[in-house]
Amino acid sequence: MPLKTELTKGLWQINPVLKHGLGLCPALAVTVSAMNGLAMGLATTFVLVFSSLIIALIRRLVPDQVRIASFILIIATFVTIVDLVMKALFPELSATLGPYVPLIVVNCLILARQEIFASRNAPFRAVLDGMGAGGGFLIVLFVLGGAREILGSGTFLGSAVMPAAFQPWLIMILPGGAFLTLGVMMAIANVYSQYLEKREHKARQAKRMESFRKEGAD
Amino acid sequence: MDLIVLFFSAAIINNFVLTYFLGICPFIGVSHHLSPAISLGLATVFVMSITSVVSWLIYNHVLIPYELQFLQIPAFILVIASLVHLVEMFVRKASATLYRSLGIYLPLITTNCAIMGVAFFLTKRQYSLEQSVVFGLGAGAGFTLALTLMASIREELNLADVPAPFRGAPITLLVAGILAMAFMGFTGIE
Repeated sequence: MPLKTELTKGLWQINPVLKHGLGLCPALAVTVSAMNGLAMGLATTFVLVFSSLIIALIRRLVPDQVRIASFILIIATFVTIVDLVMKALFPELSATLGPYVPLIVVNCLILARQEIFASRNAPFRAVLDGMGAGGGFLIVLFVLGGAREILGSGTFLGSAVMPAAFQPWLIMILPGGAFLTLGVMMAIANVYSQYLEKREHKARQAKRMESFRKEGAD
Repeated sequence: MDLIVLFFSAAIINNFVLTYFLGICPFIGVSHHLSPAISLGLATVFVMSITSVVSWLIYNHVLIPYELQFLQIPAFILVIASLVHLVEMFVRKASATLYRSLGIYLPLITTNCAIMGVAFFLTKRQYSLEQSVVFGLGAGAGFTLALTLMASIREELNLADVPAPFRGAPITLLVAGILAMAFMGFTGIE
């Protein structure tokens, strides 16, 4: 697979949230605002990229039986770094995200990328893969947080965007709204991927017809 | 009395799945049918209550005396992973039937963030040992309740005519949203 696809496949083709339903807990829990979604996405991407790098580097040294345990320890190390840095530099953000920052360690999307990709590929590819999957996760969190913030409190990234007459939908920033918004988002993603599939199918058919016609002419 | 309040607040008012979004993966993944959902729920209650005791002991008697609180993330994940392994070995030895019915769900508990969540909440809120046990039990009961409700709804949903793009995870999330709204009715009872 070319290097560029390693990076871009995570954004849509194997998007962890929309396609695989991984990492749903943080995606639902912290996305009260676009800013929170962005922060969580960045923290997760940081952990994912660096643990992918380390795991790809040591992939030949780790015996198969203890690989999951060693992956988890490596991930836990980077999560600790993120947690401490966030507490020191952005104490407010760290307080709003609460226990969900340390909980990155059990985010199944990270372990899935390590198990499927980083433990079987060269370090550079693993880093690209981590960036792609982390980026896909970040985009979903940002869009989800943005939608909930606009509808739930009438603001976007903290500044008011809705007309003054708009009555915020309180449910959107409550737990129920998180489930509803993500459910609708996944359905939209399904519609879009079906549309893509149909288009590809049509293109393939047209190509086949073309080759038939050519053969007939010959 | 306080302990009873703590149990119900962890199980129902602040339900782990529907208000804290912990343990969503098994909640979506293992809720197709009722009986595995119940098995997984019970196994989770079991692991969760043991985890709360062990992580309380480790936090208060190892990490705090040696000022190693910054190591709590790796420490807790190791505790949980080894506990799940231990429970798995014990169940296999004690009851082959139970072991077979739990199957792959037992090892999956390691990556259930609800378990890790219990460990973090009880250190953050500085619960005593009894409170921690009750909190772990309550959180497990709440998880089982949400999972059972969801599995029963999804068994009915199989018969419904769901629009194609909503089939699978999206409709499950919408149902969970409605359940979460229903559970909001319990807010403020304390």
